[in-house]
Amino acid sequence: MATRQTQFLARSLLTPAVGLLFIWMIVPLALTIYFSTLHYSLLDPGSESFVGLENFRYFLTDPAFLASLQNTLVLVGSVLALTILLGIPLALLMDQPVIGRNFVRLMVIAPFFVMPTVSALVWKNLLMHPVSGLFAWLAALFGLTPIDWFNDVPLFAVILIVTWQWLPFATLILLTALQSLDEEQKEAAEMDGASAVSTFIYITLPHLARPITVVILIETIFLLTVFAEIFVTTGGGPGLQTTNIAFLIYSQALIQFDVGSASAGGLVAVVIANIVAFFLVRIVGRNLEA
Amino acid sequence: MGQITLQGVQKSFGPVHIIKGADLDIADGSFVVFVGPSGCGKTTLLRLIAGLEDVTGGSILIDGKNVVDTPPAKRGLSMVFQSYALYPHMSVRGNIGFGLKMAGLAKDEINRKVEAAAATLNLTPYLDRKPRELSGGQRQRVAIGRAIVREPKAFLFDEPLSNLDAALRVQMRIEVTRLQKQLGTTAIYVTHDQVEAMTMADKIVVLNGGKIEQYGSPLELYERPANLFVAGFIGSPKMNFVTGELAKQQGAATIGVRPEHLKIECEGASGWPGTIAVAEHLGSDTFLYVDAGALGMLTARYIGELSLHAGDRVSLLPDPARIHRFDEGGNALRG
Repeated sequence: MATRQTQFLARSLLTPAVGLLFIWMIVPLALTIYFSTLHYSLLDPGSESFVGLENFRYFLTDPAFLASLQNTLVLVGSVLALTILLGIPLALLMDQPVIGRNFVRLMVIAPFFVMPTVSALVWKNLLMHPVSGLFAWLAALFGLTPIDWFNDVPLFAVILIVTWQWLPFATLILLTALQSLDEEQKEAAEMDGASAVSTFIYITLPHLARPITVVILIETIFLLTVFAEIFVTTGGGPGLQTTNIAFLIYSQALIQFDVGSASAGGLVAVVIANIVAFFLVRIVGRNLEA
Repeated sequence: MGQITLQGVQKSFGPVHIIKGADLDIADGSFVVFVGPSGCGKTTLLRLIAGLEDVTGGSILIDGKNVVDTPPAKRGLSMVFQSYALYPHMSVRGNIGFGLKMAGLAKDEINRKVEAAAATLNLTPYLDRKPRELSGGQRQRVAIGRAIVREPKAFLFDEPLSNLDAALRVQMRIEVTRLQKQLGTTAIYVTHDQVEAMTMADKIVVLNGGKIEQYGSPLELYERPANLFVAGFIGSPKMNFVTGELAKQQGAATIGVRPEHLKIECEGASGWPGTIAVAEHLGSDTFLYVDAGALGMLTARYIGELSLHAGDRVSLLPDPARIHRFDEGGNALRG
């Protein structure tokens, strides 16, 4: 972008795309803000009336809100911790020169390409089903009582499914970072007498700080809005045990048919996402500085 | 102590033989330079001594003890890498002290040694900086500091100056040489630059195609090259080679004369006549590239300024005592 001419060219070429994106975003946002101030029930069409901030008061004082906020944070936190704690050893293993490495990599990455609804169905019916699931069969094989995952530990079951989906992403990012680690640095550490463990702690882990930050930031964006896995497996239950903010908004709009309250919830979710983003950038964002 | 002996050392990567049997005796405290063209195996040989590669055959003795099965850290050697390989997230202090920390030394002892090493290398003001905040020459010094702080039996240098600009390279060359003399530690230094080799080494190992072509002091290699390869590789500009009838008169297949041993005479004098193709005037030296017909292109060097120009005809008279003779196999003929 050296000259005025190329700057003008770049801007005019970018304008259609940016404009389209802007409209795509601003129209739903404006409508959501508008709906959030209305009494708007799908069961009682034509009776919309302006109620000010009443929908927000209703949504924020709903006991379900605090429960779902807690569920959201537990879900995001657990999946982040699990994908990174499991992703680092997996990436280290996949970085080793073994026969069939490319095939192993392909297999490890595969879950990321499975649709959330499909993987949730597979987990629900083929793996975690208390009667016909693989885990129940394994438990029976060892003489144990099968776990009824979605009734006994519903949130943990959802966390497992989501972790399974996001582990490949974390592994892949960490693996590419490992491959960019200078070979001579490892050799220098070897000459300095560092053991494998010391090399990992003093050389590899600091090198991974930046990709770990990237994984945390990107995963958080998507994990705040996990929906399909919950919808397919538990439907938010039992009770509110697996209801997160995204699912709560859905249930306000399409189970209780209260569009006004759901819109208010949507705006609350936007604020929460920004708060989380703010703290994340404060905590881990400094790793991104060159 | 740091006496290193190689006995029939071989290295193959699959079917490719990189080192085809190397025998070498490196005396304690000497500065030995491995020099040769790209791909001659000089870096591989250094890595074999360091223990970063396993030998395929032969043995490596350090102070009389065979170390081929000893891990790198236990060999008591330290290495300066071409890319410096500094740890980017550690300060200069952390970088220099890392080896000592791994050896389990007490904190204040590490600090004392690191500060002593930093003082030797003029790094004291930079101890708390990160490598990325240092210039190329300073990074180089940190890499050297990391090597000397462990008080090794020998230093291994892998083309350490190749990333520096020309002026800094000359300066670091002198510093490295002086430091090595001061510490009296054996050093093995790999380079492809024959000027570095000639200026720094006590002894030079010329490698070509995985074989040691000659091992000797710089002037020995300059005055009595063992074969055509060493004769052509050592010396700048390159030695002139003449084959055919003229060589046969001297009882050799090829004769070689260094540019500085060709006397430049007016046309018609005795010697090899030719036309100047290019004349380079450096002030201190004059290099003439002379088209000598059937003899090919010859290079002649005159110390000082000589006002001759392209197109002038001259006669080149070789110094008869400085003619090198080689047989058909390329080996030097003596006597």
